[in-house]
Amino acid sequence: MTTGRITRIAGPVVVAEGLGAAGLYDVVEVGEAKLAGEIIRMDGRGATIQVYEEDTGMRPGEPVVSLGKPLSVSLGPGLLGTIYDGIQRPLSQLKAATGAFLEPGVKGESLDRSRKWAFEPAMRPGEDFGPGSLIGRARETQLVEHRVLVPPNAKPGKARRVAPAGEYDLRDTILESESGAAFGLSHDWPVRVPRPSRRRLPPTEPLVTGLRVVDMLFPISKGGCAAVPGGFGTGKTMTQHAIAKWCDADIIVYVGCGERGNEMTDVLTEFPKLVDPRTGRSIMERTILIANTSNMPVAAREVSIYTGITLAEYYRDMGYGVAVMADSTSRWAEALRELSGRLEEMPAEEGFPAYLPTRLAEFYERGGRVETMGETVGSVSIIGAVSPPGGDFSEPVTQHTKRFIRCFWALDRDLANARHYPAISWIDSYSEYAEEVAEWWDKVDPEWRSLRGRALELLKREQRLEQIVRLIGPDALPDEQRLVLMTAEIVKSGFLQQSSFDEVDKYCAPRKQVLLLRSILEFHRRAEAAIKAGAPLPKISALPVRERLSRMKSEVPNEAEHEMRAIEDQIAGAFDELDRQYRKEEAR
Amino acid sequence: MRGLEHRGLASADGPIVIARRSETAGYGEIVAVYGGDGRRRVGRVVDSSEDAVAIQLFDSSAGLSVDDSRVEYLGKALELRVGPDILGRVFDGLGRPTDGYPEPISSEMRDVNGMPINPAARVYPRDFIQTGVSAIDGMNTLIRGQKLPIFSGNGLPHNRLAAQIVRQARILPRGQAGEADESFAIVFAGMGIKYDVARFFIDSFERSGVLARVVMFLSLADSPSIERLITPKAALTAAEYLAYERGMHVLVVMTDMTNYCEALREVSAARGEVPSRKGYPGYLYSDLASLYERAGKIEGSPGSITQIPILSMPNDDISHPIPDLTGYITEGQIVLDRELSQKGVYPPVAGLPSLSRLMKDGIGPGMTREDHKDLSSQLFAAYAKVKSVRNLSAIIGEEELSSLDKRYLRFGERFEAEFLTQGEFEDRGIGKTLDLGWRLLGLLPREELLRLPAALIEKYLPKEGG
Ligand SMILES: Nc1ncnc2c1ncn2[C@@H]1O[C@H](COP(=O)(O)OP(=O)(O)OP(=O)(O)O)[C@@H](O)[C@H]1O
Ligand SMILES: [Mg+2]
Repeated sequence: MTTGRITRIAGPVVVAEGLGAAGLYDVVEVGEAKLAGEIIRMDGRGATIQVYEEDTGMRPGEPVVSLGKPLSVSLGPGLLGTIYDGIQRPLSQLKAATGAFLEPGVKGESLDRSRKWAFEPAMRPGEDFGPGSLIGRARETQLVEHRVLVPPNAKPGKARRVAPAGEYDLRDTILESESGAAFGLSHDWPVRVPRPSRRRLPPTEPLVTGLRVVDMLFPISKGGCAAVPGGFGTGKTMTQHAIAKWCDADIIVYVGCGERGNEMTDVLTEFPKLVDPRTGRSIMERTILIANTSNMPVAAREVSIYTGITLAEYYRDMGYGVAVMADSTSRWAEALRELSGRLEEMPAEEGFPAYLPTRLAEFYERGGRVETMGETVGSVSIIGAVSPPGGDFSEPVTQHTKRFIRCFWALDRDLANARHYPAISWIDSYSEYAEEVAEWWDKVDPEWRSLRGRALELLKREQRLEQIVRLIGPDALPDEQRLVLMTAEIVKSGFLQQSSFDEVDKYCAPRKQVLLLRSILEFHRRAEAAIKAGAPLPKISALPVRERLSRMKSEVPNEAEHEMRAIEDQIAGAFDELDRQYRKEEAR
Repeated sequence: MRGLEHRGLASADGPIVIARRSETAGYGEIVAVYGGDGRRRVGRVVDSSEDAVAIQLFDSSAGLSVDDSRVEYLGKALELRVGPDILGRVFDGLGRPTDGYPEPISSEMRDVNGMPINPAARVYPRDFIQTGVSAIDGMNTLIRGQKLPIFSGNGLPHNRLAAQIVRQARILPRGQAGEADESFAIVFAGMGIKYDVARFFIDSFERSGVLARVVMFLSLADSPSIERLITPKAALTAAEYLAYERGMHVLVVMTDMTNYCEALREVSAARGEVPSRKGYPGYLYSDLASLYERAGKIEGSPGSITQIPILSMPNDDISHPIPDLTGYITEGQIVLDRELSQKGVYPPVAGLPSLSRLMKDGIGPGMTREDHKDLSSQLFAAYAKVKSVRNLSAIIGEEELSSLDKRYLRFGERFEAEFLTQGEFEDRGIGKTLDLGWRLLGLLPREELLRLPAALIEKYLPKEGG
């Protein structure tokens, strides 16, 4: 262990001399208080260290000890259901140690080393193994089976001894190789190094979120990356919470990066009570929380993103679909900016360091659907919130993020102000995954692709017409165009709008999504025909089925497919009747 | 070693002075700098190296010379003396009594910087505070433990509104919290405000008989601007003491946050830091968060801190970094609107950009009323429609509007005149506020009320002609 001494302290950045033998990115204990830190630069001035805890009171001359290893997380059973800070200290344990306030210098064990896990071996003595080979299984929660794998950086070998089925804790050896290497239920991994996989696979399966505007219009794939930019209060966090609650990922890693404490408490109190519609278990059993809120040290905020993505890759390697929510990547970028400023680096755009785009790219590159080292398929999807200053998307973080994601859910201030939630703009958003996931949807309903196309087309026409209306009023438009406006209203209120607080509508099953949209578009098709046949628009807008279409989302539960079918009959009935009337009038 | 003095400064330039090397300077520690005039100025170590120590003063540097100055290192962070008898007292921006009485009798000192609350130790705020103001209770509900700022502009009645909230705030169904409730306290932080404004609040507290439950920290416009950097910290330290150690429900009013941010910018510029937007430092967000996040409730204490920061938006621009970053941290915002105010609407709470994020968990059956959530959502939607109809009407003329649009216009007028508008001393119950909302929605055709479930419409919507 190399020991140096502090020569300068400027906020979260400390300079020390005498650490020449330590490595870049080594973890260090800073000062007499032994605060956690990381060496981020080595040069003529000595080692520059970012400190993950509040270092008020620290003095030049205090010692710095390098621990001789890079900043790492502990990976093993016990992660699920836990809330960590940015450097993987379990917050509940810290609470037990120092009470409601976080004191600098407190230590916590990331994983409970003495907790027993029921282990079932899958490997037999004599078997050859390599990185990613399955050693056995442990039940981590009722919902999730923990697959214990040979770490990705281990050398291949032959198993000499595999622990028999039984209860083990993290200190026990469960696999010994012929050459004497020993493996337990857990291992460490440096957070800044992506965990390897065999190869990337195309992201052809959608991550079904239960949000209609996402799944039907701007879908994200398992292994895809999406950005949710929006000004304050437009719904980034609510969107991420909704997806974390209801999406069909196996594991959720939720990173609260520089955001509100109460939002994490909200997750902590609400998730355990929520039951996953597919498995019937509490969704907390599949969730890991990383909370480095806005008032917690800024250097740990910078790391929290990497901590989160490393945990995600770990479960990906077991063959799971993992979804990472990062709220907000802008706060992470600002942490970079603040640290860069303290390092007196040359700023690029708006004070951000020139390496901002590289870091963003590296982060989003860790998402993807892969064939794992153990030859299963796993994925990491990343959904990153972006908080542009003034809600202006032309700022550097939004712009650079756009280069590395393929799905963009732009939140619109006007929609949010009108309490149209989710305020995802159908004009400014896009998804490049739509083509890739279309085949999957074909199995739900072969019409998915065409419904999607027609809905987008209708909304685009509405937008063009709205521009005219804004100049001359709606009365100048022919009925056929006013119908477009009317149907678009139904699409907005009955389909796109989806309140997270609506008991029925907070989650919409894929089947219901398709049926809803089909009914609305069928209404439109029939209405167009009726207008051609001479029916006046007010007759159509007075049809009771019109209001029904707007209310169906919250009145018809996900399972009640027959009720959804009934509405199609109701539409047909109403228009048949109208048609008869007008054919008669024509005949007269 | 402590209390040791060092003679001479390397430089004295505005709010940052550089002292020569001192073995003893800890990062963030408090120092006293004496000029040749013998006057004591408080400062803080912001950069400590083996060669030099940078000290940020919270006091004017006028009169400090390089040669005659002395620096005394106090070996601790800036602290506030706390005790039950801080209630009813007035302090300056650094926490020194200015009301002519001695320091509170107590040996309890608290670091004004506080410590971050462990998110796992927070208690999610859920208790509805009735303010008696329809625009707030009905549409942007305040919750105990929330941070809900007022975004205002010069000449708008933010002080009157804040005073009205303080006067009327109470928890239902338990009676008047403002009166004789032992667990209730108000902490007031005034930063760079005029004496008149401070006087207005003091009078208002006095008239409602709560002055003995108020702690004031005043750094008025004529105090050195950098003193303001400590004022909210001192105030929040007092609030934390009262809330978490004494179990009180503390309402903190901080005004004007814009002055605080400007002081921060001044110091940042003096330090030669790379500025972010409009010259404000890149860490403005984190700095503001270190204040606003001190609101809330924690496990193990019955108390709470509810914050109502007031800020004036430069040029009424909500995208200015100060309101913008505040909105990114707080749990909503009450935005005051100049146009409404000019129309004579009090309180001129802007219908659309105002928001309370904690409202969702504090309203509804058992808390306010079953129809509250859907009703407020419908009012927002209808008022948004009013805004777009008004825009259209400005172009094509009101006569050309459809009859539906005309009904929206009428709804909009009455919404502003009857729902938003109320007396400064009018205390409306939540039931009355909600009923008023329903009555106004009765102006619109039923098919327009798509945010309201049919059952609620049946139950609450006044029948035609009724
Ligand atoms: N899908 C939704 N359903 C219902 N309400 C919503 C929805 N999305 C947003 N809201 C409302 O908008 C408010 C703000 O949303 P949210 O907290 O997600 O904003 P944000 O974009 O994360 O803001 P910030 O950047 O300040 O964190 C919520 O408190 C809620 O009232
Ligand atoms: Mg948010």
